[in-house]
Amino acid sequence: MKKYLTSVLNILLLLVAVTYGFAQEKGNLLIKGGTVLTVTKGTLEKTDVLIRNGIITQIGKDLSASAGVRVIDAAGKFVMPGIIDAHSHAALDAINEATSPVTAEVFTGDVLNPFQVGLYRALGGGVTSIHAMHGSANAIGGECETIKLRYGVKDADALRMEGAPRTIKFALGENPTRVHGGANNIVPRTRMGVEFVIREAFSKAKAYGEAWDTYNKSKTQKGFRGAPPAYSHRLETLSDILKGNIIIHCHSYRADEIYMLLKVCTDFGIKKLVFQHVNEGFKVAPELAKFGAMASVFADWWAYKFEVYYSTAYNAAILTKNGVVTSINSDDGELMRHLYHEAGKTQKYGGLTDDEALSLITINPAKQLGIENRVGSLEVGKEADVAIFQGHPLSTYAIPVITVVDGIVRFDREKDPDDVRIYVDPKEPLDASVIHSTNDYVDNCMQQAESNYNNLFELK
Amino acid sequence: MTAVNIFIKLRVAAATIFALITLQLYAQSPKAKFGTFALTHATIQTVTKGTIEDGTVIIADGKITALGKDVAVPQGAEIIDCSGKWIYPGMIDGGTHLGLSEVGSDPRTRDFNEVGDVIPQLKALSAINPNSVLIPVTRVSGVTTVIATPEGDLMPGTAALINLHGYTPDQMFAGFEGVVLVFPNTGRKGFLDRRTPEEIRKATDKALSKLNESWDLAVQYHKLDSASKSTKYYPEMQALLPVIRGERTLIIEANTSKDILAVLKWVADRKVKKVILTGVAEGWRVAAEIAKAGIPVIAGPVLAEPTRDYDRYDKAYANPGLLKKAGVTVALRTTQAENVRNLPYNAAFAAAYGLGKDEALRSVTIVPAEMFGVADKLGSIEVGKNATLFVSDGDPFETKTNILHVFIGGWEMPMTSRQTELYQEFLQRDPGVTKK
Repeated sequence: MKKYLTSVLNILLLLVAVTYGFAQEKGNLLIKGGTVLTVTKGTLEKTDVLIRNGIITQIGKDLSASAGVRVIDAAGKFVMPGIIDAHSHAALDAINEATSPVTAEVFTGDVLNPFQVGLYRALGGGVTSIHAMHGSANAIGGECETIKLRYGVKDADALRMEGAPRTIKFALGENPTRVHGGANNIVPRTRMGVEFVIREAFSKAKAYGEAWDTYNKSKTQKGFRGAPPAYSHRLETLSDILKGNIIIHCHSYRADEIYMLLKVCTDFGIKKLVFQHVNEGFKVAPELAKFGAMASVFADWWAYKFEVYYSTAYNAAILTKNGVVTSINSDDGELMRHLYHEAGKTQKYGGLTDDEALSLITINPAKQLGIENRVGSLEVGKEADVAIFQGHPLSTYAIPVITVVDGIVRFDREKDPDDVRIYVDPKEPLDASVIHSTNDYVDNCMQQAESNYNNLFELK
Repeated sequence: MTAVNIFIKLRVAAATIFALITLQLYAQSPKAKFGTFALTHATIQTVTKGTIEDGTVIIADGKITALGKDVAVPQGAEIIDCSGKWIYPGMIDGGTHLGLSEVGSDPRTRDFNEVGDVIPQLKALSAINPNSVLIPVTRVSGVTTVIATPEGDLMPGTAALINLHGYTPDQMFAGFEGVVLVFPNTGRKGFLDRRTPEEIRKATDKALSKLNESWDLAVQYHKLDSASKSTKYYPEMQALLPVIRGERTLIIEANTSKDILAVLKWVADRKVKKVILTGVAEGWRVAAEIAKAGIPVIAGPVLAEPTRDYDRYDKAYANPGLLKKAGVTVALRTTQAENVRNLPYNAAFAAAYGLGKDEALRSVTIVPAEMFGVADKLGSIEVGKNATLFVSDGDPFETKTNILHVFIGGWEMPMTSRQTELYQEFLQRDPGVTKK
């Protein structure tokens, strides 16, 4: 009997797998009478939001929708832009290509997994877009993918936020020095080494780009006989950074290493730079502001490793008040579900206003990912990614009740089924539980790199 | 204006300047202050005896000596006007590594995980670092008292309740110690645990026989000890004696529903007298059984993911409420070291997802105080109790609220920590981008 059930399940799964996902699905909705927190254009009481074909077409009073369009009664509720997480490793089947200090040739978009239940749980926290990042094992890691939480689709491609700018992960400090210098005895073992690795990579990329430019210019000339330079995907990507086609998102903690990368980028003419974690960003806030670099931080994480021991939960407030575009990210499947609460902490630690605090999880991360013209605020013409809360989202008692992506309701607390799995592992025992553990120190950014490291030292 | 007046003014000015300079010099390490205080015109949330509007709390000799609407302010008391402010009892976290861990990733600063599986004689209290930078960061949030707990396999040591002020562990000790038992766990320990179900079963079976062996030995030891009073040096048995005799609490960590049921049976079979269950992540699955056994729980962290992929997304938030509804006594914990300050927010989430605000407040004040047998000193605002309380400008479970004063055992705490000091120094850094 059990065997029979398993095979039926497998057939069903196969059917599901071959069915094309809802890649292009866009919805129509009318959200009536809520308190609309636009984030960029103030707060509008008892206001309607009309969504047509996945786009916000009207925000105002007494709006009506055509017949058949679902109307959500948001009276007494708060309507805000869908939350954007600028630092996540969700939806990924691999995080770290921890085999070289420079791995610009890899791309997290190649390992998207639409079946992770964590994506639905994030929707349950009002999140609609995430930056699915490479890990922090390498000084220069891989390219990252910006996705929308269209949980329910079976096609990995349907998660992509088409047209979002390219981004790449960099990492400074303890992680790359531990993995490469510490475990493999290759550069970098120190923060000096990290700087050198990055400068060398950029220098090679510059020469590579120039060689191709020269070749492309001369190849059309009459009588040209030369061969093209050798193609390198790694250098091609790095060269695109130098050309301003890719935004750097750099894992960093200490003020000195942050300052170092500002100088390196200045030297190479790189302008698109976002620091991730950046726990000591507050110490060089004026320099960050002057450069125009942005910062994506934790609300209050600290002391989990030595390089974050001299941190303060006032980081986001100091950065904001110094004019640095700042966001609050999760880097964690648990934290991702309550970023609205994390944003609220900046009111305790530094007294940010409601709009400032909400910006940290909406329009600011959108700016950091280069998607601020499409999402991150409730404005006519923007994509209809919306989170509806019972209670003000900056209150700790707030409960996200409906989350909308492209006008499609992807989470509805009232209709929430217990079991939301799309893929069921037939080999997993029914009562298998994963228990939160505090004993083992876990650095999410270091997944896979950590196990390689442990293998090398036989630490296990 | 007379010359004398001008002279006095000058003297006052000079004294002010001197005071400011002195303040500047000592700003790095302000001290706590002991004395007589009158907190006046406050809304007092007593927790046990309702709310008093426009009330006064008198603190003297470390205790709450008077409380109410018509309370005389004693001569020489420092008056703190709390108009528009609230007074709450200090919050109690039922499970942390505070004082036992400084930098999470650095084993040299982790003192909660000793080698060995049956080592109840190891005392968390001895390893508490009273000067941990994490402690002031925690107490300015209104969390005044925590369980510092060892962690590991089976019996990793004896946990201690500490107040977050003092220069020696003894000054911090808050009157409760309990032996920790990490019950053989059939769940996976985090996402990095890739053991097969078979491997897990083998490990738990082995651990369970070790546990039973140790327990039987302890019972034997108890009988011998009671008969002859001249047993050999056997420290782990000595540490288990008070547990066997029902004089000391056994704090049992169990999380999967299967393990919780196994604990209930184990406790009943062995007639263990004083028991607290901790963790209970899947407590909601077997809440009625826990209630029937009459064992109180310390649940948490509340801000956690569900334990199974097919569980509802908010189960960890809802767990304390579901337990309470079934009749279980519920306290909360964070399991944190550096972020024990988030205890009020764990309580808020529990409140919003079913526990309710009043019960959530009780779960971080009077309920744990009663569980640890220290309700005569902590957990509520009552005359005769320790003056361990805080003043806030609103609901302490909201992130918008500021904690303004914290008292621990009658000591007024400096409202600074390294995190606030860094804020003061760097909000407007000088020099800025260019050095003068």
